[in-house]
Amino acid sequence: MDGYAAYLWPAYLLTFAVLGWNVLSARRALREARAEARRRIVADREEGA
Amino acid sequence: MDWTWFHKFGSPPHVYRLARTLTPWFAWPAGILIVTALYGGLLLAPPDYQQGDGFRIVYVHAPSAWLSTMVYAVMASAAAVGLIWRMKVAHAVAASCAGIGASFTAASLVTGMLWGEPMWGTWWVWDPRLVAQLVLLFLFLGYIGLRSAIDDLGRADRASAVLAIVGVVNLPIIRYSVEWWNSIHQTPSVMKMDRPSMPMDMLAPLLMMLLGFTLFFAAVLLVRLRAEVLRRERGAAWVKEVVS
Amino acid sequence: MIGAALAVLARDLRLALRRPGQVLQPLAFFAVVTVLFPLGYTPELDKLRQIAPGVLWVAALLASLLSLESLFREDAQDGTLEQMLLAGQPLAALALAKTAAHWLLTGLPLTLMAPVLGIALGVPGSAMPGILSSLALGTVTLSLVGAVGAALTLGVRRGGVLLGLLTLPLTVPTLVFGARATELAIAGEGLSGALYLLAALAVFAVTLAPLAVAAALRIGSE
Repeated sequence: MDGYAAYLWPAYLLTFAVLGWNVLSARRALREARAEARRRIVADREEGA
Repeated sequence: MDWTWFHKFGSPPHVYRLARTLTPWFAWPAGILIVTALYGGLLLAPPDYQQGDGFRIVYVHAPSAWLSTMVYAVMASAAAVGLIWRMKVAHAVAASCAGIGASFTAASLVTGMLWGEPMWGTWWVWDPRLVAQLVLLFLFLGYIGLRSAIDDLGRADRASAVLAIVGVVNLPIIRYSVEWWNSIHQTPSVMKMDRPSMPMDMLAPLLMMLLGFTLFFAAVLLVRLRAEVLRRERGAAWVKEVVS
Repeated sequence: MIGAALAVLARDLRLALRRPGQVLQPLAFFAVVTVLFPLGYTPELDKLRQIAPGVLWVAALLASLLSLESLFREDAQDGTLEQMLLAGQPLAALALAKTAAHWLLTGLPLTLMAPVLGIALGVPGSAMPGILSSLALGTVTLSLVGAVGAALTLGVRRGGVLLGLLTLPLTVPTLVFGARATELAIAGEGLSGALYLLAALAVFAVTLAPLAVAAALRIGSE
């Protein structure tokens, strides 16, 4: 790849790492929000009972 | 004109359900486009007569740069809608955009640097496009910083909305001033990759990547938006149905 | 409306002049920062002359930032800001008045100091009118843009650092045009083009910044 490989691969890896981070981080945020909401519902139910 | 469709977007449960339904419709095409573009860009496209294989960085640099500006525009528009029509969901959209936008801006900066070093022997070039990306990164970081510094959510929403709007108004001016500065000091605009003059087998993967990244952003935004909406609506009745 | 605005302006000026130490701080900072550059680089005037535009402008920018933090802080603390919000006068006009006071107390003195500091950087006497006019226009924009940042970060913990991060990217056009104007002045070339650009920025800022400041102040007080 006439010497550009050392620059191309990190660039591609980094970009795909960013794509991956976006996916994982978004899914984690949703997971945590759902868990928090469930916890709230349980707590409210116990309180109200 | 019947604006009900617009005002439905003010309803968090409606938006949540819509986001959940739409996400795969963006995510799958995005994945397919990106993988196809990757194959086309790395393997099918011929080497550039000037830059050899080095030009292939454009397939990750350009989409990142495109997203950085587009995400900022979406963020500022959503913030404006939230401020003007007092729609909490719009503020949630803006908040969801920030991290995504910052990550792609950083990616475009680093890939830009990785383009510059083998091409022009220097890690950093004061090219208008790179400088604009740098300023954009600061704008994103400022937005994120302001949001996290204000405890009250409503106030954080509205203050960061003003900031986003001020930023988007200033962006063209900043862009123009940096290009003017560059032309005065006669540095050639080095990062040009003239799209019209690119042959189709180089151009097609690029266009696919651009579209793929855009759909990717939409999918990620929808997921983040659901999380954001849930967090803001914690006690509400509709949340119980949706979460159990 | 003009009466109210002038009253706010006069009050700010009077209050500031009771504490001359506070007013002099940004000016002293301007001087210190400018002096650091030769010490950190070289005593050769020929070389310093080349970096003088950038040094003067960045130093003026940073010095302006210093006094912006307290632009609204005291009024927020002693309830004056609330009075202004309730006063029934257009808040943007009052915001413009406060910003004008900031410029008169910080921007204008910085501008007047610049020729003296320029001499320390090897700037020729012929460049002084250009430096004065470009800084006078540029500091107006800096005060206005900074006021937006100050209003947004009002009452926020460690708002000072955030203020800098928010405001500095917005000052890039002023910095670019202003430094260029200074460079042209030093080289003895015509700088009217750059001055027009600076003036355009100032007009743009005067028209829009007070609206953003007013919106931010209202948001901060809810």
